[in-house]
Amino acid sequence: MSIGHTLLGLLESGPRHGYDLKRAFDEKFGHDRPLHYGQVYSTMSRLLKNGLVEVDGIEAGEGPERKRYAITEAGVTDVQRWLATPEKPEPYLQSTLYTKVVLALLTHRDAAEILDTQRSEHLRMMRILTDRKRKGDLADQLICDHALFHLEADLRWLELTAARLGKLAEAVVR
Amino acid sequence: MRVRQWSRDLGMGAKFAFTGGREGWSRVLLTAVGVGLGVALLLLTTAIPSALAARDDRAHARGDFTYSEMKTPKGDNTVLVGKVDTTYRQRDVRGRELQPEGVRAPLPPGVTKFPEPGEMVVSPALKELLESGDGKLLRERVPYRVVGTIGESGLIGSQELAYYTGGKQLASKADGGRVARITDFSEGETYPSDGLDPVLILLILVVFVVLLTPVAIFIAAAVRFGGERRDRRLAALRLVGSDSHMTRRIAAGEALAGSALGLVFGAAFFLVGREIAGSVEFFGVSVFPSYLNPSPALAALVAVTVPVAAVLVTLFALRRVVIEPLGVVRTAKPARRRLWWRLLLPLGGLAMLYPMMGQGKNNGEFNEYLVTGGVVLLLIGVTALLPWIVDAVVARLGSGSVSWQLAVRRLQLSGGTAARMVNGIAVAVAGAIALQMLFSGVQSQYTEPSPQDLSRAQMQVTVPSATPLASAAEQFTRTKGVRDVMAFSEGWLGDRRKDPNRSSSVAVGDCAALREVAALPSCRDGDVFALQGGEYDTDTPKLADSGRTLYIDPGYDDGERGKQVAWTVPRALKQAESRTDPTGTKRGGFLFTPSALPAKAGPALRGQVYLKLDSSVPDVYDLVRNTAAKIDRYGDPMVWTSGERSDAYSSIRTGLFVGAACVLALIGASLLVSQLEQLRERKRLLSALVAFGTRRRTLSLSVLWQTAVPVGLGLALSAVVGLTLGTVLLKMTDVPVSVDWASVLSMTGIGALVVLAVTLLSLPPLLRMMRPDGLRTE
Amino acid sequence: MTPAGALLAAHDLRKAYGPTNALDGAEFSIHPGEVVAVMGPSGSGKSTLLHCLAGIVPPDSGSILYNGHEMATMSDARRSALRRSEFGFVFQFGQLVPELTCVENVALPLRLNGTSRKEAERTALSWMERLEVDGLRGKRPGEISGGQGQRVAVARALVTNPRVLFADEPTGALDSLNGERVMELLTEAARSANAAVVLVTHEARVAAYSDREIVVRDGKSRDMERIV
Repeated sequence: MSIGHTLLGLLESGPRHGYDLKRAFDEKFGHDRPLHYGQVYSTMSRLLKNGLVEVDGIEAGEGPERKRYAITEAGVTDVQRWLATPEKPEPYLQSTLYTKVVLALLTHRDAAEILDTQRSEHLRMMRILTDRKRKGDLADQLICDHALFHLEADLRWLELTAARLGKLAEAVVR
Repeated sequence: MRVRQWSRDLGMGAKFAFTGGREGWSRVLLTAVGVGLGVALLLLTTAIPSALAARDDRAHARGDFTYSEMKTPKGDNTVLVGKVDTTYRQRDVRGRELQPEGVRAPLPPGVTKFPEPGEMVVSPALKELLESGDGKLLRERVPYRVVGTIGESGLIGSQELAYYTGGKQLASKADGGRVARITDFSEGETYPSDGLDPVLILLILVVFVVLLTPVAIFIAAAVRFGGERRDRRLAALRLVGSDSHMTRRIAAGEALAGSALGLVFGAAFFLVGREIAGSVEFFGVSVFPSYLNPSPALAALVAVTVPVAAVLVTLFALRRVVIEPLGVVRTAKPARRRLWWRLLLPLGGLAMLYPMMGQGKNNGEFNEYLVTGGVVLLLIGVTALLPWIVDAVVARLGSGSVSWQLAVRRLQLSGGTAARMVNGIAVAVAGAIALQMLFSGVQSQYTEPSPQDLSRAQMQVTVPSATPLASAAEQFTRTKGVRDVMAFSEGWLGDRRKDPNRSSSVAVGDCAALREVAALPSCRDGDVFALQGGEYDTDTPKLADSGRTLYIDPGYDDGERGKQVAWTVPRALKQAESRTDPTGTKRGGFLFTPSALPAKAGPALRGQVYLKLDSSVPDVYDLVRNTAAKIDRYGDPMVWTSGERSDAYSSIRTGLFVGAACVLALIGASLLVSQLEQLRERKRLLSALVAFGTRRRTLSLSVLWQTAVPVGLGLALSAVVGLTLGTVLLKMTDVPVSVDWASVLSMTGIGALVVLAVTLLSLPPLLRMMRPDGLRTE
Repeated sequence: MTPAGALLAAHDLRKAYGPTNALDGAEFSIHPGEVVAVMGPSGSGKSTLLHCLAGIVPPDSGSILYNGHEMATMSDARRSALRRSEFGFVFQFGQLVPELTCVENVALPLRLNGTSRKEAERTALSWMERLEVDGLRGKRPGEISGGQGQRVAVARALVTNPRVLFADEPTGALDSLNGERVMELLTEAARSANAAVVLVTHEARVAAYSDREIVVRDGKSRDMERIV
C-alpha cells in the first residue's frame, strides 16, 4: 500500500496540517495500525521534494512549528495515475484496493471504474494461468488452480464491493 | 384418537385443495363437475323406479275401459266414456268423450267439472300444442273450446297429450269397445299397459351405464389432476415431519374436498335435470318432475359412496408411490404390460351378455345385473386394453419428421399417462357408438315395414257401416296428398243363418278396387267372383255353388245376432285368381261389384279404405286422419309405413349425441388441464428448443401428435368395442345387426374434435411458454 | 460504429421488461473465433443481452449487426432460421429433450434443418466423440450425470457448425471439476471449429476461458479491453 498516494489523495480535498493528515488517515484506513507521525513527516518531505505537494503556510506556536500542505497539479495527476493503474493481481490486495476505492469516493472519482479495471487485470492473470494449466502437467495444474482460486476470491470481493459502492460512499463521505 | 388423527389429516388435505391458487381451483372445480354429473346421473337412476311406479298409479286411477262382458246398467252414478284416441304426427293423443248419466257420475282424476259437448279440458302439453302453429291440423280434428286443463293427477306424464270433451248420445254406442259405461274410473283395465317393454328397460340401463362409466373414469382421472404439484407438496409435508400415512390421508383429503363439492353440484344438477326430465318425452313416456324422487336410502348411499370412492381411488393411485421428504418415487417398475388379464375384462363382459342373446324376441326379461355388469366390463375393458395397445403400437412407430419423433419418443416413455388421459374419451365414444347402434336397430325394428305392399297403399281407414262407403271414398279422394283410394266393404258370409259350418269373406268394390286383390278376367258392375288361391281359404270352393243360398253376416249364438242377409250364388259366378293385396295377403272368399250385393247387406259390411299417399305432402297422415275423424271420430286410421316414427327417435339420438358431447367436453377440459400442466413442467425445455431455432410449428405439431396418436388409437379401439357391444345388444333384442356408420363416424368425429379443440386451446399457452422468459434463471 | 471485422456487434441496445430496464444502452462486439465472456452480477442484464444478440428476443431499440445484417428488425421466422443454421446454444440445464436419446438430442438441430435422420445422427456421433460422450449415445438425459449432459448439450450446440456459440452459464449447475472439463472441451471444440463464443457467466474461473470480457451492470455494458 502506498502511504504517499494515500496522503496525496487525502490532500486533494483541501490543504491540511501534517497532524490532521495523520488523523484523517487513521480514521479512514488505519483502523488496526495507526500511522506513526514520523511516517507522515518523512513521506511529506519526500512528496515536497518531488514537487507533488507544496507548503501552503507555516503556523508558529508552542511546540513544533506546524506546516500546512497543499497538493500541486503534479500531485493530482500522480493520484489519478495511481488510482487508474490496476494492482498486480496477488493475494491480500484488499487493503490497497480498499484504500483506492475510498479515496476515489472521497475525491469524487469513479470508484466502479477502479474495480472494473482491477477485475480486468485479475481476469487477464487468470487467463494466463488457465492457459498454462491447459498446457501443463498435473503439477502445473494444481499450482495454477491454487492461484486461480485465490484470484477468484479477490474477484468475488471486487464484485461484492462494486455492488456495495453506494453504501460505502454514504459511509465514507459522511 | 385414530379418528381424530384421520379427520385432522383429511381436513388439512381439504384445505390444500382450495388454497392451491387458480390451478388448484380449476382442479377442484373440474373434479366437482365430474363428480356432480355422476351423482346427478346416479340420483336420476335411483329415481326411475319410483317414477315408473307413480306413472302406473296414475294410469290405474283413470282406467275406464274394462273390456269385460259385464254390462253396467245405467244409473245416476254412471258415466259414458267414448274412446276417441288419435295420433298426431308421431304422438299418441288420448281422447275421451264424457257423458254423465246422473248427478253422482264420477269425474276422471284431474278434472273438476264435466265439459259440455263442444267443450274440452286438455293436458298442458296438448294445450301448448294446440296453441302453437304446429297444432293447426290437430285443432281441426278436435275443434272444441278449451275450458280448462287436466290436473297432474289425471295425467301419466308431463308431456302427455290428452283431452276430455263432452259427449252426446253415447248410450247407443255403448258396446264396451268404443264407448263404455262405468261407475268408477279406477276399475278399468289399464290395457294397453304402460309397463315398460324390456327392450326399453335395456335401453335405459345401457344409456345410464354408457354415460356413467366415462364419468367414473373421468373422476378417477380427475383426482390425479395436478399430480406433480401435489407430489411436491406432499414431499414438503414429509420434510416437515408428517409420516407416510399422514401424507396419504392428506392426499385423500384433497380428493375428498373435490368430491364433497361434487355432491353439492350433483344435487344441483339433479334438480335441474329433474325439471328438464319433466319436459322431455322418451319413447312416448314422459314424467312429472315430482315423480323423480330418489328413495332416501339410495340417495344416502350415493352421498356416502361417491366421496368414499374418490378417497379410495386416490389411495389406489398412490399405492405404488413412495412419498419421501426429498421427492416422490414411483416404485412400480415400468412393468411390461400384459395382455391376458386386460383381455379378460371385455371377454368377461361378453360372457355376461351372451346368455341373453335373442331374448328380445320372446319378450323375455333381461337380467338387469347381467346387462349392467356386462356393459360395464366391456367398457372398462377399453381402459384396460388401451394402455397396452398404445404401448404396443407406439413401440413400433418409426420416426418421421422432428415433430413426429418428439411425440413418438415421448409416448414411448410415458404412453400409460397418455392412454389414461384418453381413456375417458374412448369409453364414452365406445358406449355412444353401441347406443346409437342399439337405437337405430330398435328403431328399424319398431318401424319395420309389415308385409303390406307399401307401394300400393300406405294407410288403411275403417269406415263404420253406418256411413256410405262411396261418400267416404269421395271425401278421401278430395283430401290433399291422397293419390289413390281403394274402397272395399268387407264382411263375412256363411252357409247357414246362424252358427254356420262353413264361412268365407266378402269384399265389395268397384272393378278398379277389385283388381287390386285379384286377377280378374273381365269385370263389369254386377259381376261376382269366387277367389281361388286365397290363403287359409278352404271353404270358398265349397260354397261357390251356383244356386246355393248363403247368408251374409250370419249370427252366432254366443255373440252378435248378425244381419243374416240371404244371397243366392248366381249362375254367372266367375272365378278369379287371388293376388297379393295391399295388405300383403292373398285374400279368399267372394268379390262383389257394388250392384251385385243385396241392398240389405250394405249395413252388414264395414268399409275399409286403402289409401295411396303422396309422402312428399307435409303432414299427409294427419290430413287423412282429419278426414277420417270427420267420417268417424272413433276410428283411428292405421299407418302402414312407420317412417314418421323416425322423428321421435332422431330426437332421442340428438339427446344422446348432446349427452355424449357434454361428457366428451368435460373430459376434454380435463385433458386440457393436464396438458397445460405437462407443458408448464417443460417450459424451460420449450424455451431452449425455441432458442436454438425450433419452429413453433414443429413444437405445436408435436403436441398435436402427442395427443392425436393415443386418441386415434383410443377411437379405433372404441369403435371396435362399440360395434361389438352394439352388435351384442342388437342380438339380445333380436334385431338384425346393421352398422350405423354415420353414428360411428359422428361419434369418433366428436372425439377427434375434442382432441383438436384441446390442442388448439393449449396452443396459446404453449406459444407463451416458448417465449425466452423460460430461459431466465434469475 | 461497428468495430472493424466484427462478426456480431450491437450498439445502444435497450430492452425493458415492464418497468425494469434490462438493457439500457448496451454495446457488444465479437470477432470470428473469439471467446467473449459476459460478466456481471445477477439481474444485471447479462442473459437479456445474450437473448438479444442471439435473436431470441428483439431489442426495443438499438442495432444488432450479424455478418452485416441488421437483426433487430428481422422477422421472427428469419431470426429462427438464423439461430437454426448459424448459432448454437448451451444453457445451464433443462435443455435436453428427456424423451430423446443423447444422439437424437445432438442430431436434433440438424434434423430441424432438414438433414436426414441417418446423416444427422452420424454427424452427431462424431461431435459426441470430440466431447468424449459418444459412449452415451443410446442413453436418455435422465440416465446421465449433469456434466455429461452439458457435454451432450455442447455437442448439440456445435453440431451445425455454428459461427457463434451462445453459452448461458453452461457450468452453472456443475461442480468445479466438471465445470472446468466442460469449459475446456467447449472452448477447444469452438476454437477448432472457428466458432465465436458468447459466454455468459458470473464465475471468474469460467470467464478465464475467454479471450476478453464484457461487464454488464444495470443494463449498461463495458468492454474492458477497450477501456484498458
